[in-house]
Amino acid sequence: MGSAEAVLFEDKRLRREMTSGNMAFAEAMRQINPDVVAAYPITPSTEIPMKFAEFVANGLVDTEYITVESEHSAITACVGASVSGARVMTASSANGVALMHEIFPIAAAFRAPIVFGLVNRSLGAPVNINCDHSDSMPERDSGWIQIYCEDAQEVYDTALLSIRLAEHKDVLTPIFVCQDGFITSHCYEPVEFLSDEAVKEFVGLREAVYPLLDVDNPVSYGSFVTSEYYFEIKRNQIEGMNNAIRVDGEISGDLARLTGREYPPLDCYRTDDADYVAVIMSSATGVVKDVADELRARGIKAGCIRVRMFRPFPSKEISAALSGKKGVAVLDRSASPGGVSPLAAEVKSALYMSCRDGFVPVFEFIYGLGGRDLFPDDVKAVFEKLRAGNCGCGASYIGLRDKMGGGD
Amino acid sequence: MGGVNVRELTGRNNPLAEGHRMCPGCGAPTALRQAFMGIDDPVVVVGATGCLEVSTTVYPYSSWRVPFMHVAFENAGAAVSGVAAAHKAMGRRGLFRDGIKFVAFGGDGGTYDIGLQSLSGALERGHDFTYICYNNQGYMNTGAQRSGATPRSASSTTSPAGRLIPGKLQRAKNLTEIAAAHDIPYVAQTTLHDPSDLIKKVRRAVETPGPAFVNILVPCALFWKIDPADQVKICRLAADSRFWPIYEVANGERRISYTPKKPVPVEDFLRAQGRYSHLFTDEANRRDLIDQAQADVDAEWEKLTGNAKPQS
Repeated sequence: MGSAEAVLFEDKRLRREMTSGNMAFAEAMRQINPDVVAAYPITPSTEIPMKFAEFVANGLVDTEYITVESEHSAITACVGASVSGARVMTASSANGVALMHEIFPIAAAFRAPIVFGLVNRSLGAPVNINCDHSDSMPERDSGWIQIYCEDAQEVYDTALLSIRLAEHKDVLTPIFVCQDGFITSHCYEPVEFLSDEAVKEFVGLREAVYPLLDVDNPVSYGSFVTSEYYFEIKRNQIEGMNNAIRVDGEISGDLARLTGREYPPLDCYRTDDADYVAVIMSSATGVVKDVADELRARGIKAGCIRVRMFRPFPSKEISAALSGKKGVAVLDRSASPGGVSPLAAEVKSALYMSCRDGFVPVFEFIYGLGGRDLFPDDVKAVFEKLRAGNCGCGASYIGLRDKMGGGD
Repeated sequence: MGGVNVRELTGRNNPLAEGHRMCPGCGAPTALRQAFMGIDDPVVVVGATGCLEVSTTVYPYSSWRVPFMHVAFENAGAAVSGVAAAHKAMGRRGLFRDGIKFVAFGGDGGTYDIGLQSLSGALERGHDFTYICYNNQGYMNTGAQRSGATPRSASSTTSPAGRLIPGKLQRAKNLTEIAAAHDIPYVAQTTLHDPSDLIKKVRRAVETPGPAFVNILVPCALFWKIDPADQVKICRLAADSRFWPIYEVANGERRISYTPKKPVPVEDFLRAQGRYSHLFTDEANRRDLIDQAQADVDAEWEKLTGNAKPQS
């Protein structure tokens, strides 16, 4: 423990506990003490509304907790409360997220800064409760910021900074704080928590513009808007989203001063001098970093980029980080059947405008659907394919039971 | 509950401004105006998708002089839950005024059908709000389709009277009783036959702590195929024929608010509307359906009065 850190612990500004991603998010909720939480249980995010119900039952928060009858009503109640001027949080997964879909673009267009713990789980069918990103990826065009966390610590930190990011006047956009179901949500690992006072001070109070509850200055939400005005309203919303990278940088900086942990939109690991880079998101990143270390020890210049912020997508940053590379592998934990997988599509698109500076071959891989693990040997094989330039068109599958790799 | 001076109340500023785009003869704005005469406190309104919502919020204008929010079609119950909860939570922090009333409006589509789950959840959870269904017995915003509130034999664009099928085959569901089955403090059913009845019921609904539900039968001149000027006349026929019983359920006790001394045959109510005209073109053939309508009304009335005390 460094000396600055030791001071923080002595001040009781930090405490370290073994906890899980779900518990870390719930603890952040307790410390944030939102005005309203409306939630409906679904595996693997259920622990969040359960734990929060305990906080409510024991008087540890002042929150109005609405135990709705469905996810659709959960997100609707969140929108109603957020538009009213309240600070609002919720959580869900998989089919619950899908049931909410209709309301996500409405929340975004209302500029309702809801902070949402999205615990990634495969979207049925077949029914499977384990992790992939097929629940959050269909929401990538719903107008919500999407941040994918690698571990429970990042879940906690991101929950805190998301309150300020979502509510920032230049952003006013709801946020999905994504973590991998079971892998991150249920595994216990050490997490550093700020003191309640430090969190209170960091998140401050929401200052809502045009709150519905201001009966002396009545406003109408959810109007019928014709083509004469619709486009400008959507433009404003899109620009709010685009501002999030800049504002996230500012708020992350503030948080880093408290915690020492920095969260740029891309987590670039040994990429500066790398020839070959694998791009991935969330909890499986550690496997890729380990393999990069191992390959480096064998003289192969391998690196890893973890995309933390997926919406807005840090196109400029990733284009700069990948230009001049001999080969890039994009590892997607969801598919877009019949099209390019979500992360690969973004990476390729970002590189398009820099291809005049030299073509960077990008290859697509699909891994981990329905919670299948990603093993170091799988990642080594990916780098081998990159080095051989032997990846073909279309996506290759990683770690299937049968040997049909596809792609080639 | 005190009396109501309708003449005096008509001088009150209507929260729904003039110039909205509801059709001539539509019963919804009439119901709304009368409803607001029963609300003295500041009010926040939540609307389900429907005629009322699209016709009163055409950007960059709004007809609402009070705060108004529309989220989607099937979720007014959940939306008003969130607003009421926010008011409670923020009130504890000293924000916003005390004593705001929360009123949700939905048509029969947003209430009987697609929004029933959300309404049921909100009633069960017991938020302090009033849900008002302006029930014109079909989906009017999309062009006169049948709903769960459409009565038997009515011709709609998805239950058209044809050579083989004589309009809607099923009875309307009884949403007022479904709401009452939630054991909420106040449920009422009325129409535009008598403003003082509607005003008194809405007043009681908003002043009762906890959830309240008011089901108001309102004509749609286009769907019902009536002269727009006959709005009140048709509502009186609905009440006088006992087609639409006027009653309330307060703390579990049913009370008939209006008992027609000499009920008119439901045939008079049907004959006054074009949506039933197929029953009358060849009367000898469809007498069965007219009799069926009367039997439906009599059965409902008997079921209700078996449970209800006449108003003392």
